[in-house]
Amino acid sequence: MEKMTLQDSNQPNNSPLLNSEADSQRTLYPYVTGTSVIALKYKDGILMAADMGGSYGSTLRYKCVERIKPIGKHSLLGASGELSDFQELLRYLDELILYDNMWDDGNSLGPKEVHNYLTRVMYNRRNKFNPLWNSLVLGGVKNGHKYLGMVSMIGVNFEDNHVATGFGNHLARPILRDEWHENLSFEDGVKLLEKCMRVLLYRDRSAVNKLQIAKITEEGFTISQPYSLKTFWGFSAFQNPTVGAEGSW
Amino acid sequence: MFRNQYDTEVTTWSPAGRLFQVEYAMEAVKQGSAAIGLRSKTHVVLACVNKANSELSSHQKKIFKVDDHIGVAIAGLTADGRVLSRYMRSECINYNYTYESPLPVGRLVVQLADKAQVCTQRSWKRPYGVGLLVAGLDESGAHLYYNCPSGNYFEYQAFAIGSRSQAAKTYLERRFENFKDSSRDDLVKDALIATRETLQGEKLRSSICTIAVVGAGEPFHILDQETVQQLIDAFEIVVDDEGPASEPGAAADEGAAAEEGAGTDTGAGTDTGAGADQGSGAAPMEI
Amino acid sequence: MTKQQANWSPYDNNGGSCVAIAGADYCVIAADTRMSTGYSILTREYSKICKLADKSVMASSGFQADVKALQKLLAARHLIYQHQHNKQMSCPAMAQLLSNTLYYKRFFPYYSFNVLGGLDNEGKGCVFTYDAVGSYERVGYSSQGSGSTLIMPFLDNQLKSPSPLLLPAQDAVTPLSEAEAVDLVKTVFASATERDIYTGDKLEIVILNADGIRREYMELRKD
Repeated sequence: MEKMTLQDSNQPNNSPLLNSEADSQRTLYPYVTGTSVIALKYKDGILMAADMGGSYGSTLRYKCVERIKPIGKHSLLGASGELSDFQELLRYLDELILYDNMWDDGNSLGPKEVHNYLTRVMYNRRNKFNPLWNSLVLGGVKNGHKYLGMVSMIGVNFEDNHVATGFGNHLARPILRDEWHENLSFEDGVKLLEKCMRVLLYRDRSAVNKLQIAKITEEGFTISQPYSLKTFWGFSAFQNPTVGAEGSW
Repeated sequence: MFRNQYDTEVTTWSPAGRLFQVEYAMEAVKQGSAAIGLRSKTHVVLACVNKANSELSSHQKKIFKVDDHIGVAIAGLTADGRVLSRYMRSECINYNYTYESPLPVGRLVVQLADKAQVCTQRSWKRPYGVGLLVAGLDESGAHLYYNCPSGNYFEYQAFAIGSRSQAAKTYLERRFENFKDSSRDDLVKDALIATRETLQGEKLRSSICTIAVVGAGEPFHILDQETVQQLIDAFEIVVDDEGPASEPGAAADEGAAAEEGAGTDTGAGTDTGAGADQGSGAAPMEI
Repeated sequence: MTKQQANWSPYDNNGGSCVAIAGADYCVIAADTRMSTGYSILTREYSKICKLADKSVMASSGFQADVKALQKLLAARHLIYQHQHNKQMSCPAMAQLLSNTLYYKRFFPYYSFNVLGGLDNEGKGCVFTYDAVGSYERVGYSSQGSGSTLIMPFLDNQLKSPSPLLLPAQDAVTPLSEAEAVDLVKTVFASATERDIYTGDKLEIVILNADGIRREYMELRKD
């Protein structure tokens, strides 16, 4: 992402320690961010969902950003966090996959390899104190093997049957833990993801009602057209939220 | 003796379009003791002949494990072979660190060939004097490659390099069509027979050969001497039963091969004396 | 735009507890499988135990990314060792390597708290306990990680190992049988899980003895 320098506006900056920090170029905080990504394993592969909002602080700056992208033939990558960092990461991965294809030797990088590569990239960047400000979800299928993993901004990584970034870890994972099972059909998987996305839509301020669901199986991937969920805002608690709270506004 | 104007620098072309220094390096491979490789769909077997440099010394190691899925057998300058196998080991470790999966064999071979090629195009370097048979397994199956000092590499079903390897090649050429569906044990047996072909009548013993195997569910490993001796004992009896069917034929092939080798290998105007060591035992270039 | 995030930190604490107990002819290494960040659980099934060689096993808690990097580095170093020496590294040798590896990053440490357990060249159980920057000691038993403050005094009380100050030095291995040690480990984890929010979900126990390596699992509280 765009580099910026730390400069506290009206403080005189003469300590050498402070100076060295001021000179360093690194991401100190994100600019435009995407919110949660959630993904799960189902019977035939992996399903992943993310909305299409890009927030500039609390401003909804972009409304149609794709935060799920295919990586090679066997993997899907979903990202939350700084969108420019994600797009830079996609350029790295594009090159990686291009070089992999250029060998043209029957070998290819599967989801496990891509996930490990991403882990190294994220961890190396944190070692340089110059992180890519993202939480990444990587899912895929290769040789009949389903793979779903996550990497954080500082390189923390793991695999699980279902994962969620950001708010999703608080709001969607409990639902997933409750309802997920190994033999989830495609339809049930999508329903489960939509249920999670709906909860996030109601409770996560930066979530928007325009999302994509992606599927990857042994046959390949498909990423849905953007669509929205049916919502119901007519609950009395929504319409008159303070009715039961006497003495407040 | 005739002196060649075009063979003192690696980077000098001869008018005939040849690089003599590179060709001399390939001669070093021919003078090393033999190394043999053959593969089926699922397994690759490497074999080599161990020749001690002197009565007083033990022989040098000619087969190296690179990773669980890759191994090499070398012929030529053993010292160069060690350097290259160390390079291959570190490439495998690095790839595994980044991707947590094994480096595809073909890619390692290309990297190795590129490394060898650089030495043919720099005035301050010399080509590696070693040929490598690279055996390995990856998602596209079992592979056997030959890598030579010129930076060329070839994939084979079966191949032999080093001194008197022509005899082994003749044997392998007769049989290679069966290898694809061979069992692991048959492959090892064929490796031993091919090794014996290079010995020119000398008795095959476990002390003068090394066998290594890599295959599906079997990480690369060198067979221990007792196992090899047992295998030799088992088939030597069978061959005796079968009668001398293969033996005289092989001997005849060998003779022809040695001549053929001497005829074609010695480049015009070179004074390397290729083939001079035929039958002389220890290979001088291996020191 | 006003700053919304707390200052970025290169470290996180992903929690977890590790225990190792050495006996006369065995070694038990155990850790829970919960991985957390802050008050959230990231996953309930992350193994903190890493087999570094045939007879050395490391359990680590702390910052997962550092732990993973450390494990991978040691695995690579052990591969090189095997290529060069044609044998597995012994547990005391691995212990020294681990110390050197940690100290190498003395001024940007691996935030990892390790116990290394295994069998030494005589087949006797050994446990090495570390701090994040590599100082280490061979002991009879040890605990590291978020639950160590709860577990360690309990082990001290139960194992009654001879004081390290005694002269002549007494053997540090515990007098327990293998089965007793495994039971003790299960007890301490069940107890630590009650009070430590970063310990729980599942217990993974690795047992090393003359017969080889064996794994056991026990469910822990998931709240």
